[in-house]
Amino acid sequence: MKIVLQNLTKIFPGRNKKIKEEVVAVSDFTFEIPDGKLVGLLGPSGCGKSTTLYMISGLQKPTGGKIFFGDDDVTRLSAENRGVGLVFQNYALYPHMTVKQNILFPLQNLKGKDKLKKEVMIERAYTAAKLVQIDNLMDRKPSELSGGQQQRVAIARALVKMPKVLLLDEPLSNLDARLRLQTREEIRRIQKETGITTIFVTHDQEEAMSISDLIVVMKLGVVQQVGAPQEVYDNPTNLFVAKFLGTPPINVFEGKVEGEKLYIGDAAVLDVPGVSDQPVTVGIRPEGFEIDPNGPFVCNLQNVEIMGRDVSVVSTNEASLNPVIRSIVNSDNKIEMGETVTFSLKSHKVFLFSKEDESRIYF
Amino acid sequence: MVESKHKWKAWLYLAPAIVLLLIFTVWPIFNTVHVAFQEGYNELSLIGGESTKYGFGNFVDVVKYPGFVTALKNTLLLCVLTVPISTILALVIAVCLNSIKPLSRFLQTIYFLPYVTNSIAIGMVFAAMFNIVGSNIGGEAELITTSGIINNVIEFFGGEPVNWINSGSSYWANITVMVVYIVWNALPFKILILLGGLQSVNKQYYDAAKVDGTSRFRVFTKITVPLLSPMLAYVVITGFIGGFKEYSSIVGIFGDDMGHSGNREMDTMVGYIQDNIDRWQGRASAAALILFGIIFIVTMINLYVSKKKTHY
Ligand SMILES: Nc1ncnc2c1ncn2[C@@H]1O[C@H](COP(=O)(O)OP(=O)(O)O)[C@@H](O)[C@H]1O
Ligand SMILES: [Mg+2]
Repeated sequence: MKIVLQNLTKIFPGRNKKIKEEVVAVSDFTFEIPDGKLVGLLGPSGCGKSTTLYMISGLQKPTGGKIFFGDDDVTRLSAENRGVGLVFQNYALYPHMTVKQNILFPLQNLKGKDKLKKEVMIERAYTAAKLVQIDNLMDRKPSELSGGQQQRVAIARALVKMPKVLLLDEPLSNLDARLRLQTREEIRRIQKETGITTIFVTHDQEEAMSISDLIVVMKLGVVQQVGAPQEVYDNPTNLFVAKFLGTPPINVFEGKVEGEKLYIGDAAVLDVPGVSDQPVTVGIRPEGFEIDPNGPFVCNLQNVEIMGRDVSVVSTNEASLNPVIRSIVNSDNKIEMGETVTFSLKSHKVFLFSKEDESRIYF
Repeated sequence: MVESKHKWKAWLYLAPAIVLLLIFTVWPIFNTVHVAFQEGYNELSLIGGESTKYGFGNFVDVVKYPGFVTALKNTLLLCVLTVPISTILALVIAVCLNSIKPLSRFLQTIYFLPYVTNSIAIGMVFAAMFNIVGSNIGGEAELITTSGIINNVIEFFGGEPVNWINSGSSYWANITVMVVYIVWNALPFKILILLGGLQSVNKQYYDAAKVDGTSRFRVFTKITVPLLSPMLAYVVITGFIGGFKEYSSIVGIFGDDMGHSGNREMDTMVGYIQDNIDRWQGRASAAALILFGIIFIVTMINLYVSKKKTHY
């Protein structure tokens, strides 16, 4: 089932009623989530990701705008009647119930014509548990489970009622690094198997990039960019998005355009046809550098880290806005450990941004 | 670790509390046990009168005495009636209070008033509320006129006024008044504890329940009550202990004759102990130990049940 958000807005009133200091948690969010896709909602902490999710689930009422599930307007529908599956950041497993009781709970709530026979409920609970591979833990209490296991129980509980929409609020943030990697693959697998339209909230760009069909990047309640992960990475619409995506992060420089040439410092590093003369902020992806003794861009070499296939070259430059420049080059390149390192740039890995509003300047 | 040469300092700081505890708690406990097993110990023994031998005589005297049996029965009855009623009422009120945001400060003051008011004073107010004036003035045929507010209300709705506590009132009318009074008096503390429990429950459980499509009734029975079970257990256990020690509430309503007839028909365990403490210290001590035994057993049962039922 597709989900349509139309000008969705949430404003929290300020604590102090006299001074009007409202918090605009989500501002004018318009987006259509295609049926059966996994969408990653990405942004720094406090940018309104959870609020968006709670509005879709019905736990919070939007201040403005509409939400559609398929063709049905569900904006006024209460959470009880929306039937979405929601996995909370802290899982919110009922501590006094066993895993089995937790998973059965949503089914036991069904009334009237939806009411299920006891055997059917148990069968479905076990099916959901098998899907997340916890069917051997059914009689434990949540306190007797590891973080990763609790997280699976939370997913099973959300899946057992076979929701048309699954919402996950930073489900991996409480797990250790290795488990995080493993579980995100698992979430991808489960989503593919069930085909449930899923929204996955995270502040970890790598996580969002690795499992989403589409990502939505947010900043201070405002959507910055929507697209397939690779597309957004390759074509950020502004400096914020460019900086937010990618590990190691993009290298940012002060620069200027003069006569359709891009200058970083005094060096003309790239031809930028069609761009008028102006000061710019330059973003260069780590993989946008090539070691080239005849190249135009000279940096002070700091050190070289060999990471198997790739080599990470750490250098500095006066115009760099980051403390160091991190570039990743192929290890076939011979790197002379001298004072300086000289690069040429791949033009599709170089982005220019306006000094005024940080928006992208295309060339 | 505290260095050993500083240990005496620790003891010095503790000394005032330890001395007071020894005088007012530990010594009386030993003394009670000692006196309880001295047969026939009374006010004369206190001043070194007759010497007495050790045995169970006081206990036999106590349980054989009909007044003690009445006191035991009354105490048990009041416990069994008031603890469940007050706990359930407190739970309902706490849940309601917790869901009302705007007046919560004001309401918290209101419901806490009984807790900070002297129980004898409350008892006297209740006595006035349940009072009947003129019930035994004149002959049988004379109409009963009442001034107690409860009877006024009953009459307003066209009911017959009831002789609640005055001379000639029935045992069950007396018990009813006591139950209402004790429940009312017990509510603030229970509400306070349960409200504290409710406010510490993670709100996300309720959000999760909402998303799972849970009805309000099921949220209450399947989530609120189980999550509150440690506090409920605490409130029930302390309720029973308090109930077994019921005394001043009866005095507040019936005076220290423990009843309207002068026969101590509303007597309680503590009432019996108070009645004997001046002359028959042996019996009073024996009764106190019996009361201790009962409270101990009931609390053990409570703890056992709550261990099985609470989720922690
Ligand atoms: N109940 C609330 N009352 C007031 N402000 C809130 C409330 N919930 C969230 N906010 C504010 O809304 C903004 C977005 O919050 P949230 O959606 O939780 O961010 P995220 O999940 O992206 O970290 C934050 O500035 C936060 O302080
Ligand atoms: Mg959040």
